Amino acid sequence: MIQPAQPELVTVFIDGQEIAVPKGTNVIEAARMVGTDVPHYCYHPKLSIAGNCRMCLIELGMPMTDRATREPIMDEATGKQKINWIPRPQIGCGTTVAPGMHVKTQSPMVKECREGVMEFLLINHPLDCPICDQAGECKLQEQATGYGRGYSRFIEQKNVKPKRTRLGPRVTLDDERCVLCSRCIRFTQEVAKDDVLGFVDRGSYSTLTCYPGKELENNYSLNTVDICPVGALTSTDFRFKMRVWFLKQTNSICPESSVGVNTVVWSREGVIYRITPRRNDEVNDTWMPDSGRVLYKEVQAENRLQPTGDPASDLLATATRLLQGGAVAVVGSGRSSLEEQFLTAKLARQLHAATFVVGRTGAGDGILISADRNPNTRGALVTGLISEVPGDLAALGREIDAGKVKTVVSVGEDLSAAGLTAEQLAKVAIVYLGSHANATSAAAQVVFPTLTVFEKSGSFINQQFRLQKFASAVPGLTGATDDRVVLDQLVTAVGGESAGSDLVSVWRELAAGIPGLADLTYAKIPDTGLLLADDTWSQLTFPEGESLHHQPAAAETTA
Amino acid sequence: MSFKTVERKPLSFAERTYVPQILGGLKTTFKKMVKPNETLEYPEARPTIPPGYRGVPTLVKDPNGREKCVSCQLCEFVCPPKAIRIKPGEIPADDPTAHVEKAPQEFDIDMLRCIYCGLCQEVCPEEAIWLQNVFSLSGYTREEMVNNKAKLYELGGTLPDDHYKWDKKKAAEEAGNGGH
Amino acid sequence: MIELYLSLPIWVQASLKGLIAIGLIIPIAGACSLAERKISAWIQGRPGPNRARAWGLGYIPILGPILQRLGVFHLMADGAKFVFKEDVVPGHVNKFYYYLAPLVALVPSLCTIVVVPFGAYFDAATETLKPLILADVDVGILAVFAIGSLSVYSLILAGWASNSKYPFLGGVRASAQLISYELSMTLSVIPVFLWVNAPGPEATLSLFAVVESQSQPGFWGGMWFVFLMPLCAFVFLVSLFAETNRQPFDMPESEADLVGGFHTEYGEFKWSIFFVAEYAHMTIGSGVFVLLFLGGWNPLPWVPLEPLIAGLPVWLGGLIGASVFLGKTFFFIFLFMWVRWTLPRFRYDQVMKLGWQKLLPIAIANVIFYALAIALIERA
Repeated sequence: MIQPAQPELVTVFIDGQEIAVPKGTNVIEAARMVGTDVPHYCYHPKLSIAGNCRMCLIELGMPMTDRATREPIMDEATGKQKINWIPRPQIGCGTTVAPGMHVKTQSPMVKECREGVMEFLLINHPLDCPICDQAGECKLQEQATGYGRGYSRFIEQKNVKPKRTRLGPRVTLDDERCVLCSRCIRFTQEVAKDDVLGFVDRGSYSTLTCYPGKELENNYSLNTVDICPVGALTSTDFRFKMRVWFLKQTNSICPESSVGVNTVVWSREGVIYRITPRRNDEVNDTWMPDSGRVLYKEVQAENRLQPTGDPASDLLATATRLLQGGAVAVVGSGRSSLEEQFLTAKLARQLHAATFVVGRTGAGDGILISADRNPNTRGALVTGLISEVPGDLAALGREIDAGKVKTVVSVGEDLSAAGLTAEQLAKVAIVYLGSHANATSAAAQVVFPTLTVFEKSGSFINQQFRLQKFASAVPGLTGATDDRVVLDQLVTAVGGESAGSDLVSVWRELAAGIPGLADLTYAKIPDTGLLLADDTWSQLTFPEGESLHHQPAAAETTA
Repeated sequence: MSFKTVERKPLSFAERTYVPQILGGLKTTFKKMVKPNETLEYPEARPTIPPGYRGVPTLVKDPNGREKCVSCQLCEFVCPPKAIRIKPGEIPADDPTAHVEKAPQEFDIDMLRCIYCGLCQEVCPEEAIWLQNVFSLSGYTREEMVNNKAKLYELGGTLPDDHYKWDKKKAAEEAGNGGH
Repeated sequence: MIELYLSLPIWVQASLKGLIAIGLIIPIAGACSLAERKISAWIQGRPGPNRARAWGLGYIPILGPILQRLGVFHLMADGAKFVFKEDVVPGHVNKFYYYLAPLVALVPSLCTIVVVPFGAYFDAATETLKPLILADVDVGILAVFAIGSLSVYSLILAGWASNSKYPFLGGVRASAQLISYELSMTLSVIPVFLWVNAPGPEATLSLFAVVESQSQPGFWGGMWFVFLMPLCAFVFLVSLFAETNRQPFDMPESEADLVGGFHTEYGEFKWSIFFVAEYAHMTIGSGVFVLLFLGGWNPLPWVPLEPLIAGLPVWLGGLIGASVFLGKTFFFIFLFMWVRWTLPRFRYDQVMKLGWQKLLPIAIANVIFYALAIALIERA
């Protein structure tokens, strides 16, 4: 809800179509704004301009002026100013717009240029699309359909390059497919700040390699696979697993840390195959850390909590008996969605129970992993589950020791990992909601198997107080229940009013009960998130340091 | 729509008695009766399968015994009744065909779903899947009617290869870049 | 042996004759049903039934495969199936008449065989030819017509007792059709008997006498009646087709528009009895045609049987006579089938038109013509 300053606009003509674009935009982006695609390989909106693939060649012209007088030269026939076309094509990525600039992206010369570039790129290409993981999302394939020749005039022997080079623990390089765009090199230099990649040798023998003795092993290495326009860099984890055209894409949010990286979850028939970043210029640009990409493995993890086979009503009856015994404490989670936290708070209110949230911190890397490893700490604040930045459960431990708490409800939190001792756990009855087995679930009297973040829908509030939503990518484990449903049932069982556990109903309650979320519904949250006002919590000190697109306010005061 | 009235030729007396026509018919049927049968008595006599016949889809090997399928999954994609199910996998590095890199781990064709359309054969970039001349497939259970990889290779056998493209690829890899 | 037979009580004799009738008709009807399937198959370019092979018989070298190719075991299987199939009776039928109908169909067929001579033997004692016949009654043809016509009741009963619209329509059609063609048929044989009885001192309707009159010496005496009275033969043949409900006159069955016609509600053994009756009817009709118009057991026109078998033993002479007769009859049965698989079915109005407007006037004119002609010849 904070409006960025209006940028200065420049009027240009793309294929005769007039458009005002912000100053400093290049021709590719300007063309994109009028809906024209200028094919390119090396250009990436979040990386520096290299201009080495030559695919984005366009024709450029400026209004003609008399050199001496600076008077515009008019065309008698049309009554408009004459255009002085540059006789040679120019690269679109490296050309910044200027007032009155004319661009031709569809002229015969441009088309010929593209066809020429494609022919040269394909000279040494191995044409192994059937075994290439990039097939289906390969820029070379796409452009070949538009500008390819369909047959090869090259009768000489093709170059041979190494096809299975291990660049790092997670990245495999097939050098024959490389079009030498240098996106990966620029990424490691500019974004990951781990300058290990580079080209060696010359001409068509140029080869991408790591610096001798080093590996591409930084936590952002898989982004090179994402930005590789061809199949040269492949993910070792995803290699030969599934063709991309079978995969269903679901928008999600990475639960790794409070950065709230926007992601796409790729699944087929209820099995997740990979996670890739989703562009959000306010949060993660087009990147995500490697560590967040393997989180999908928790869906089919060995220690997934399986339904015990007891009827759900029995579980609920036992849980209700425990909760109605009084002296209850509720441990919410910064990993729960906003909706679940709201229902947790509602349950706590109904039981007049003290609420706790486990703080979870680690070192931030200054890019896309923050110090707060709870994706939704801010949600707990917004829903009123807590009012302070969460820490450990020492307070709860003291209350248990004092005998003030007889029953603990834990929403997905492992209490022993959060600092409670086994003796303390043994003193209380535990009602556990969670997706994976741990010491707490083993000690719990009642265990409700619930869903992972990939199997349910909801929303997180990230470190910027940006409300972002995620959708269920795969169906939930058979017998496991959505946390929202369990919480709602518990609320009802202890005498509370239920307005329904589906997203629409919960959001109706959220909008009514929380001032910052008035008039909102789940469907209204944009895909890029919604920035909420954070004035209420401006005096709190959050653990996050600086990261991409986030400058902590607290950091300035403490520094 | 316009109508045209067609005058029928009036029947002659002989025709009106039906007799010549009936006798003509009897002649025709008698001739048919003494001619050899048209029917192919199937289990004993087998039809000759014409070239290009679309029988049961099979996987084939090249004359060197290399399995041709590289599990590109185009057939799985194009299959209208979704009869094909492939689990791709990597060829281990110590395999003689390791340079092909990819081969199916599992390849199932559900013959209860297959409609013998031949699109899989048409789409296959490696000429690995062929609808050959087996036309009668039967089983007692649904599981039996799902052809797994082993069964598919057993049915397919070896077909001649016009290209040996992977062998050429390997040879080029071993030769390296000349004149570098 | 004949003495032994004649010494038996009369009811035993009658029973034996009845058994002979059944023993003759039922196998012929069965063979007919197989022949029908085979002939239809050959006409349609198929091999016909040839898959079934019985345990034992089917594995005899040479014979077994031949029987298998001929589909004989299919016939056995069919017969066994009809006998052992569950006897389903629809709930809406009139049970008594429903069960009665197949019996009414079968009984007249078995009765008429009694008065049809199926051969002749030379009786050395009297030096005359004697018919091979179960009951040599003088009313011959009249008995055939009188009893044979009763079979229409079976169709009417079946159609009515089934209490269902298609069988009912089939039954109604059957009654109308059979009555229509009965007239022409009866009229068409009158000239034959006028001729047979014209010169003789003793009037007879015996079928044996008809054959005898085709076995006289001389050009006119040895001529078969099919040459002498071709129109009679034609009218008789067409009426025979209609009477036996064979294509192109199988209106009562007419499966294209009446599902199954009169036997729609019938199944298993009851159904098969209808068809045994139909084939029996066809066999007897063919036999009567052969006797009336094709010289009975005389092997060729102008070549009577009597001199040929005069010197032979009785049993051999009888066998030759019967074989000639049965050969001709079987050809006619074949003709029935051949026609069935050649011609399409008439429309019902065409059947009626043909019967009343064409065949009946022709038959009447024919009777008048021959009556006048025979009268003139006699006067001359």
